[in-house]
Amino acid sequence: MKSLDDLKKIRDAAQKKVSMRGKNDGTRILVGMATCGISAGARPVMNKFVEELSNRSLDSVTVTPVGCIGECAIEPIVEVLEGEKRTTYCRVDVRVAERIVKEHIVGGKVVQDYVIGKFRI
Amino acid sequence: MIERAHVLICSGSMCVSRGAKTLHDEFEEHLTRLGIRDEIKLVNTGCVGLCEQGPFVIVYPEGVFYALVKNKDIKTICEEHLFKGRLVEKLVFDETLTENKDIIAFDEIKFYSKQTRIALRNCGLINPDDIEEYIARDGYRGLGKALLEMTPLEVIEEMLASGLRGRGGGGFPTGLKWKFAYNNKNDQKYIICNADEGDPGAFMDRALLEGDPHSVLEGLMIGGYAIGANKGFIYVRIEYPTAIEKLKTAISQAKELGLLGNNIFGSGFDFDIEIRLGAGAFVCGEETALIASIEGGRGMSRNKPPFPAAKGLWGKPTIINNVETLANIPAILFDGAEKFAKIGTERSKGTKVFSLGGNIMNAGLVEVPMGTTLREVIYEIGGGIPKNKMLKAVQTGGPSGGAIPESMMDMKIEYETLIEAGSMMGSGGMVIIDEDSCMVDICRFYLDFTVEESCGKCTPCREGTKKMLEMLEIISSGEGTLADIDRLEKLAKTVKSSSLCGLGQAAPNPILSMLEHFRPEFESHVVEKVCPGGVCKPLIHFEILDGCIGCTKCATNCPVDCISGSIKQLHSIDTSACIKCGVCKNICPVDAIITI
Repeated sequence: MKSLDDLKKIRDAAQKKVSMRGKNDGTRILVGMATCGISAGARPVMNKFVEELSNRSLDSVTVTPVGCIGECAIEPIVEVLEGEKRTTYCRVDVRVAERIVKEHIVGGKVVQDYVIGKFRI
Repeated sequence: MIERAHVLICSGSMCVSRGAKTLHDEFEEHLTRLGIRDEIKLVNTGCVGLCEQGPFVIVYPEGVFYALVKNKDIKTICEEHLFKGRLVEKLVFDETLTENKDIIAFDEIKFYSKQTRIALRNCGLINPDDIEEYIARDGYRGLGKALLEMTPLEVIEEMLASGLRGRGGGGFPTGLKWKFAYNNKNDQKYIICNADEGDPGAFMDRALLEGDPHSVLEGLMIGGYAIGANKGFIYVRIEYPTAIEKLKTAISQAKELGLLGNNIFGSGFDFDIEIRLGAGAFVCGEETALIASIEGGRGMSRNKPPFPAAKGLWGKPTIINNVETLANIPAILFDGAEKFAKIGTERSKGTKVFSLGGNIMNAGLVEVPMGTTLREVIYEIGGGIPKNKMLKAVQTGGPSGGAIPESMMDMKIEYETLIEAGSMMGSGGMVIIDEDSCMVDICRFYLDFTVEESCGKCTPCREGTKKMLEMLEIISSGEGTLADIDRLEKLAKTVKSSSLCGLGQAAPNPILSMLEHFRPEFESHVVEKVCPGGVCKPLIHFEILDGCIGCTKCATNCPVDCISGSIKQLHSIDTSACIKCGVCKNICPVDAIITI
């Protein structure tokens, strides 16, 4: 340890590792992870969310696996909860997950193409 | 891979003794089986504090607090919560569940919301075996500030301004102590961490060392810099194997990062820390005895002056600080003395950690601002007395302190107020005594301890404690007289004023304080030959009341078969054969057995 800057570097890197352990009142991303969701590929999607959020240091956003959301035909389903506002996405793959983080979470603009209701099979 | 959830497993000694040790392996097994092992981070933390409800598992990001977790529950937590994202409601600590089944953050429940955590700021939140987690919580920044931006004298001034006083019990201002050592010029000085926690019922230091060892190391280094010592010792009893292990890991990690060693932060300051193990003698918590023990001698105290700050370890100026004191120091340096001094009262600044024990619902580790009342600690944080019994007294300071009666529960906790009440702050053991306890018996318990722990060097302590214990035994056997109580009081005062060190000087405190507040209870032992608490065996007998439902449980479990009665009929006890073991009373489902 040669200087205070060295310590700060370690601290900044390490903070990512523990930032989850605090109050998380921010946005929540719920990934439908019932059997149907998992078989439709929800697990890599969830991991993609975690990775994208971490890369962008979006510490207040949490990712939670949840049970069956009900529309098994259009899994994987992902919900974004911002306070009272709920946006439900369907047929989410890793590419869409990246878009949701980039356009919705960061940009504040819902990814219309994959919102339930707008989605056309 | 970046983890999406952190699972914190409390690995404080209390939780480990309640079965937490195997939880980690169990998680490994089930997470691996479910194929989600690398998505979840498992962290063994230090004591979470609410020991009564342990072992604990806390799952982030939700902050769900699972209590009383057993091995078999891990499968459910993994499958339901971590795999499917469903709460395992039956395991959630009920105080964190609202009526609508919403989870409230566990730091909002009563046990935590009344607390202010400075010394315990990281306990239960970080992995004590990972220095990076400590650094992430601004660890070692206080040290950096001290070494690079402040002179040793400025550090001392900062400590004085904070008003921090020794948390080992004495309450001597830490800054002032450091100043003495600073002013004693010498080519070699030492700083020692006193981790020889010995009071029965006290486990604050152990929890701190196990849960956040780096905060103690950092405090020790800051102290070393302030007084001009480049060598620190941690004197810890061998009865604390986990704490020792965590300390060793912490020291080697700090060395690896260059936070211990030569030229720390490029400041030119060198520091080294060595662990010294004590055999677990109570007297070695006393400064001069502790020094003798480190030097390799027998743990015996000596006369002061010279004080260790002038002539201590190997004749060199030495500062000895308690674990909790040291854990406060990095926070004071980093956040500034002013912030610390705002907490607490005029005379006692900051917070104090207490280990709550005895007849209390939420036994565990709590940290409260000075000036909190005893009633708040017992009823709001501690959750009150089990079975709705009446509170009788609180013993603070362990065998060196005294009992504070129920009538004084609204007293603010400060060094001075506790002394005025005939007790002392002590290192932080707080034993709650309910109406079913006998004060004579409690005195006897503490004296039994001090007799055992007296080093034997000075006569008042060696002989006095023994004689006091004998007198208490006479009183509790019902063979004493009022004159015995007077003699006991006189001897207690003599031992208090004439013993060599703190052990003997404080040993009579339980007797003196209980005589002051509970004298009638002593008197009824010798005059009416009655033990009001129903504890002293020679003075009590057991009786079965009409409420008996005839379940025969007492008769079946009596080790001497002195209970008779047929099923669904009132039972009775043959008192001549009864050995007063109390098994029947404890086992009775309708509380129909009483002591008289």
